[in-house]
Amino acid sequence: MQIDNALLITGVLLLPLASAIVALLSDARPWLLRLLVFPLLGLSGLLAVWLGALSLFHGLAESFVYSPGLPWLHWHLRIDSLSGFFLSLVGIVVFAISLYGPGYAREYVHGKQPLAVLGLFTGLFVLGMYLVLLADDAFAFMVSWELMSLSSYFLVSYQHQHAANRRAAFIYLLMAHVGALAILLGFGVLAGFGHGFTFELMRQAPLGLMWSSVAFTLGLLGFGMKAGLVPIHVWLPEAHPVAPSHISALMSGVMLKVAIYGFIRLTFDLIGNVHWGWGVGVLAFGSITALYGVLYALLQTDMKRMLAYSSVENVGIIFIALGLSLIFFGSDLPLLGTLGLVAALYHSLNHALFKSLLFLGAGAVIQRSHEKDLERMGGLLKRMPWTGGFFLIGCISIAALPPFNGFVSEWLTFQTALQVDSLQSGVLRAIIPIAAVVLALTGALAAAAFVRLYGIAFLGKARTRRARHASEASKGMVWAQGILATLCLLFGVLPSWTVSAMSRITENLTGYALPTASAHGWLWLTPVSAETASYSAPLVLLGVMLAFLAWAVVYFVLRPSGKVKTVRDDAWDCGFGPLSSRMQYSATAFSMPIQRIFSSVWRLREDIDRQPEKLLPTEAASIRYQLQVEDVMWRWLYQPVVKMLHITVRRVGRIQTGHLRHYLMYSFVTLILLLWLIT
Amino acid sequence: MIAQLPIYQQAILLLASLVLFSSFALLAQTRVVAIIKVFAWQGGLVAITTALVAYDTGQHHLYISATLTLGLKALFIPWLLLRLVNKMGLNKEAHTVEHPAMLLIVATALVIFCYYVVQPIEMLSQSITRNTIAISMSVVLLGMLMLVSRNKAVSQVVGFMSLENGLFFAAVAATHGMPMVVELGVAFDVLVAAVIFGVFFFHIRDSIDSLDVSQLNRLSELDE
Amino acid sequence: MSYWILALFQAILFVFLAPLFSAWVKRVKCWLQNRRPPSLLQPYRDLRRLFSKQVVLAHNASFIFRLSPYIIAAATLLAAVAIPLLAVNLPTAAIADVIVLAGFFALARFFLALAGMDIGTAFGGMGSSREMTISAMAEPAMLMAVFTLAMVASSTNLSTVIGVMLNQGMVLRPSLLFAFLSLVLVAVAETGRIPVDNPSTHLELTMIHEAMILEYSGRHLAMIEWAAQLKLMIYGVLIANIFFPWGIAEQLDAASLVLAFVAIGLKLMIIGVALAFGETLMAKMRLFQVPAFLVLALTFSVIGLLSHIILEIS
Repeated sequence: MQIDNALLITGVLLLPLASAIVALLSDARPWLLRLLVFPLLGLSGLLAVWLGALSLFHGLAESFVYSPGLPWLHWHLRIDSLSGFFLSLVGIVVFAISLYGPGYAREYVHGKQPLAVLGLFTGLFVLGMYLVLLADDAFAFMVSWELMSLSSYFLVSYQHQHAANRRAAFIYLLMAHVGALAILLGFGVLAGFGHGFTFELMRQAPLGLMWSSVAFTLGLLGFGMKAGLVPIHVWLPEAHPVAPSHISALMSGVMLKVAIYGFIRLTFDLIGNVHWGWGVGVLAFGSITALYGVLYALLQTDMKRMLAYSSVENVGIIFIALGLSLIFFGSDLPLLGTLGLVAALYHSLNHALFKSLLFLGAGAVIQRSHEKDLERMGGLLKRMPWTGGFFLIGCISIAALPPFNGFVSEWLTFQTALQVDSLQSGVLRAIIPIAAVVLALTGALAAAAFVRLYGIAFLGKARTRRARHASEASKGMVWAQGILATLCLLFGVLPSWTVSAMSRITENLTGYALPTASAHGWLWLTPVSAETASYSAPLVLLGVMLAFLAWAVVYFVLRPSGKVKTVRDDAWDCGFGPLSSRMQYSATAFSMPIQRIFSSVWRLREDIDRQPEKLLPTEAASIRYQLQVEDVMWRWLYQPVVKMLHITVRRVGRIQTGHLRHYLMYSFVTLILLLWLIT
Repeated sequence: MIAQLPIYQQAILLLASLVLFSSFALLAQTRVVAIIKVFAWQGGLVAITTALVAYDTGQHHLYISATLTLGLKALFIPWLLLRLVNKMGLNKEAHTVEHPAMLLIVATALVIFCYYVVQPIEMLSQSITRNTIAISMSVVLLGMLMLVSRNKAVSQVVGFMSLENGLFFAAVAATHGMPMVVELGVAFDVLVAAVIFGVFFFHIRDSIDSLDVSQLNRLSELDE
Repeated sequence: MSYWILALFQAILFVFLAPLFSAWVKRVKCWLQNRRPPSLLQPYRDLRRLFSKQVVLAHNASFIFRLSPYIIAAATLLAAVAIPLLAVNLPTAAIADVIVLAGFFALARFFLALAGMDIGTAFGGMGSSREMTISAMAEPAMLMAVFTLAMVASSTNLSTVIGVMLNQGMVLRPSLLFAFLSLVLVAVAETGRIPVDNPSTHLELTMIHEAMILEYSGRHLAMIEWAAQLKLMIYGVLIANIFFPWGIAEQLDAASLVLAFVAIGLKLMIIGVALAFGETLMAKMRLFQVPAFLVLALTFSVIGLLSHIILEIS
């Protein structure tokens, strides 16, 4: 069946728009949400996946020109394998959201906020992301980028009764615009040399090292701000948790990837001729971001906030891989550079899958238990077995454990980092392994963070009445998580297939594929050569199953002949009587050793309220411990800026005298100056 | 590549890395007695390296340097310091190292920095053990780091001596030792320095009742 | 095909020798402490007894609690399969390189820690929290040492690494010395031996590994114990075969395989003696001194890496 590609793209773009428009009517008729708004969105997601698959596997690469109104500003759209890949990544998550949305939005049906707003901006947000990926000129890119930012701003501030949410949304808006400005300037540099706003002209722009470095730095700043690079990440842990959960999934899972896409497009495609020095900078920022993100994630007790910080961590990992790639490309080792780029793309895909999964799971938990705080959850696995099971898969994947997907991309990053022997510069040879060790530390801390998250929320005993009465989420919500969890396993088990698909992207982008990676068939992943390193995820999965079998055999050989029944009894309580749920380790207690070891990383406010026993004042009758974690970047970076701004503004304020004559004089002086300038 | 070098030179490289490790160990030690002992080991390692270089290159005057180093850095000065510490009752004293992980990161960065700085020199140098220059320079800088990061006089003296070890090591590695006169002079200087430091300890303690040099800021005339 | 059969045989050997190795360590320890050692077969008897015992679950136990022993045992077994015990160049070694090996341990640890938290007792949470803390510091040190090895051999495949070590002849590499020291410290921390943890304690304030498995009984406990013994042996074999690879079979004929078996047996005996000596001489340290211990391991591996880059290349 041959379908016109232009029609397909129009479909992908029109469906979310239609969903947004239909959503306008949904306040009076909430059933529209279930029957039309979300299905339309889901359909657009499926189409996007299809389009992406076409571009990846059939080499679809076409340009289109749209003329929406303004006569001299045509919109250039283009799909190639890179945008196709990210398009299908967005599509998968959007499809999952469309299954999840109806069940989740039920909570808002009788709420104060209009459903129309939610539906409208969700549609526009998705549309914005599609358009950013398809844009082929700076104008279309910026307009769609703004559409994406603005509509997500409205979604972040959806529950605007709380002052904290309004503040988070404002910070988001502010930083999104600073970032957009940087991107605009970066494009400006390219457009200035290329004499045009289309990407085609920008690619041919003859840039010196200085100007390309300027464009790169601006791009890193702008896209890094959206992606959440430390220290310009501070909006992210504020904004992502306060949005409705399926929007958090879109923002954390997908929107960050759109920023990564922008960075890759700008650096590898538009600028093209990369310098290794940039890679060192990106590597340094990536390492710091990864470690910083995971350390902050470890201390959060708000479930979604913890996930948001973990997104910061994962963005750091992606940037580590990108930095390695830039270093290798800049040192004329394109094959290794390609390996790094593939690792970055792979981790983008993985993070989109498992972070959306985790946010959807968190949304289900919060909806069903009405608790956001980890310290008030517990034992949810028994109340919500499906959500709990899928959440576990998400946790295993994000903690980078084999044979799930997170492990593969981190493994590829390690393998890239270990190829430093090929580099000329001794200093680079010394720095890169150390960055790899930072990545290892990050991975180990992430495992601790997700054991804590899962163990506290889903295992043990319910800590509150609400957690005790939680129930399983609706079918659609469970299905959405199930699909994402399956994909996590699938991309973890079939890495060589995925990598060979991704090397098509790098081939189109940089001219280099990765022929060695899957040279030994689909079973073996051999990034450089079979002697250097190999990993066989399918065999690992098979091995786990066989090992299960082996242990079963051991058990059947060794067990006694009679039937032994498994009995249930109370847990060991040291003879003190029944254990209550308050005797469990809390989330804060779990991370306390790490908190003490790395204590200088956070800004902690600890309140210990100790009530002495009446008869024996040396003993405590009760101790209350409260911990508040503040992002140090606020203090180090933002407060000085704000202070300086205040001082400057006060200085500038002096010219505001309030006398009309003075203002007239300003105009007068300006006029004279201008006249003098143009002569 | 190390595999192509003769075994003595491999041994020299191995010893160089051990000297580097002893510098790291000096940075991390908290007990005064342990610091002095590690310092003695460092002196011993430098002496063995010198002897090996002497054997490898056939420069016999280096044997004298090696013996001198062994006698002074590995035996006499540590003995002197230990005696002082015992006399002053500091042997139980342990002081905290602030931010040990931070120190490790800074030390690693310093070593990489030295490598970076030394690289252009290495290209020119004909010496077979030229890579050790980077190591010896790191030892010098780590000694300085120790001077900066510690606030007890004894550890600062050890930091200074270890810095001197680094310089001597550089001389041995790069140019197979300095002229004998210079070496004897330096050795004598270090000896005198150790004695003078010993005298100073008593004076410092008499005047401020402690060997914590951060207390010395009380001597400042600028009161806040 | 014969390669796969040999690999299978090696895996089975690994699994069945693991209890013997811990019995050996225990025996040497008893000798050193003037106690009468139990029979070398005692761990086998213990395992058999545990397998035949009834499983008692806490009321609160979820499926994670029942699933975890299987996953822990399976992950550890997979790690054992991937390690060259008798011969290099077996096909199973290609399934997982040394980073994947660390991943297997991480998988086992993940589920062990979850199982510890599943019942909702204070002990379990405490053990999990401490285990994750220690591993968070041990894993970077281990991987850095491994990276050093990988850079020396230009490979992360264990077979290749061991082959390179075997054929390089007499080379004094400072990097290997430090990687060795670092791996030893990491192995002590990861297998829960003195001075980091004490495998034979049940004292509330000090235990780590035992705290997590306090609620286990019957076959579940047997599998976890067996996995712990296997892990100890894995670290022993790793250290023995990477740093002292002499004797491992490069050809697959009977003579060299027997020689390899004798060689690894001797090496493990020596390692067991060293471990027992260390455990007898040292006391268990406070929990908050463990980071200092692991920072030492990290320092070793940093210096190993730096000395490889500065002194060995060029």
